[in-house]
Amino acid sequence: MLAKRIIPCLDVKDGTTVKGVNFVNFRDAGDPVELGKRYSDEGADELVYLDITASYEGRETFVDLVRRVAARVSIPFTVGGGISSVDDVARLLGAGADKISINSSALHHPELISHISKAYGNQVCVVAIDARMEDDGQWMCYVKGGRQKTNRRLVEWAHEAQERGAGEILFTSMNHDGVKQGFAIDALRQLHQALSIPVIASGGCGTMAHFKDAFTLGQCDAALAASVFHFGEISIRDLKQYLLQENINVRTI
Amino acid sequence: MSVAIVKYNAGNVFSVKCALQRIGVEAVITDDFEALRRADKVVFPGVGEASTAMHFLREKGLDEVIKSLSQPVLGICIGLQLLCRSSEEGNVACMGVFDADIKRFSNDACPSLKIPHMGWNTIELSAANRLLPEALREAYVYYVHSYYAPVCAHTIATTHYITPFSAALHHRNFYATQFHPEKSGDVGETILKQFMAL
Repeated sequence: MLAKRIIPCLDVKDGTTVKGVNFVNFRDAGDPVELGKRYSDEGADELVYLDITASYEGRETFVDLVRRVAARVSIPFTVGGGISSVDDVARLLGAGADKISINSSALHHPELISHISKAYGNQVCVVAIDARMEDDGQWMCYVKGGRQKTNRRLVEWAHEAQERGAGEILFTSMNHDGVKQGFAIDALRQLHQALSIPVIASGGCGTMAHFKDAFTLGQCDAALAASVFHFGEISIRDLKQYLLQENINVRTI
Repeated sequence: MSVAIVKYNAGNVFSVKCALQRIGVEAVITDDFEALRRADKVVFPGVGEASTAMHFLREKGLDEVIKSLSQPVLGICIGLQLLCRSSEEGNVACMGVFDADIKRFSNDACPSLKIPHMGWNTIELSAANRLLPEALREAYVYYVHSYYAPVCAHTIATTHYITPFSAALHHRNFYATQFHPEKSGDVGETILKQFMAL
């Protein structure tokens, strides 16, 4: 049976440092390659590396990082952050990334999704969506790291992205992100019902039960998290054992 | 031992080269006929569209070279599909090493199952073979594909997704996996080591 996936997300600055990591007793915690390897050894199913560098020079070091991750890590990994052209995608895939994730650039230029999927296949193209539930109950999409609201509704945009060739939707709820009160279950379920491609849930997990709820109630295919893993609050190995006991099909190693 | 990875227009050769390096094997990526024929082992990977890849191989004459190889050959993903008789993807005749015709998954009967089949799924061993040791019974491997080889006489392992399909095939010196051993963690490394030991 196809397993539900657990995906740690690493925010990387200047190709060298993982932000927001605080492990006790792990000297290389800030090293994106060694941290990725550690998560892989603990049973992570995929990794996501997000480039949070602003400068051009930083972008070049990120490509070098992708090459080092590809050499060291034996599970699939997605890279994102600042990708705005097929050329960017070509460089990152050429360096060994398995998938790329686009966010603001897809909302600004939806045809980018089609160009990427035509050139490299749907499975390569993850469309990330940051959305917030407004006071009227509508989920609206945001760009620029959640700083700028758009006029696009979550489910409608996710569906358009799918039709244009997205292989997966990575949905982050801005209402839930960082609050640790659980994933946005209702929105996840709406996405599941509207889409025929996998949905990755992001934002809000604080406990292992939150992952279970995302998979059972939210019916998502994968769940992504950062700080609960980076701060050692939840270990991937324990999380998988817990999910198995809850009759959720996950891969254990 | 010399190992060659077939260089053509269908993706992920770099990932395969990295995975081989992790198990201590230095492979060359080449489309040179002689280099492929001389290698002790040949890996034929791929991510992409079947008919485009097949036309490319034909134009270069690589299809005839690959078919006629006598050392152990390992096809991966599209590599497996191109070694079969034909593919529904672009309706193309393929190399015909394995007795299977590649079909597209249909989720009409179960719309909640998504296509592509993407992620980790288990294999069941269906015939004793030297690529997939008994220890890998029920092991998880990583898949990304929308087309599959139905179960046939050359099937050595199956996976169930919508329907049972060939996870791995074996005929003569040809082995192939629909999943990606180069992305399947320790299990994948075991399989690559088994292949190198053939």
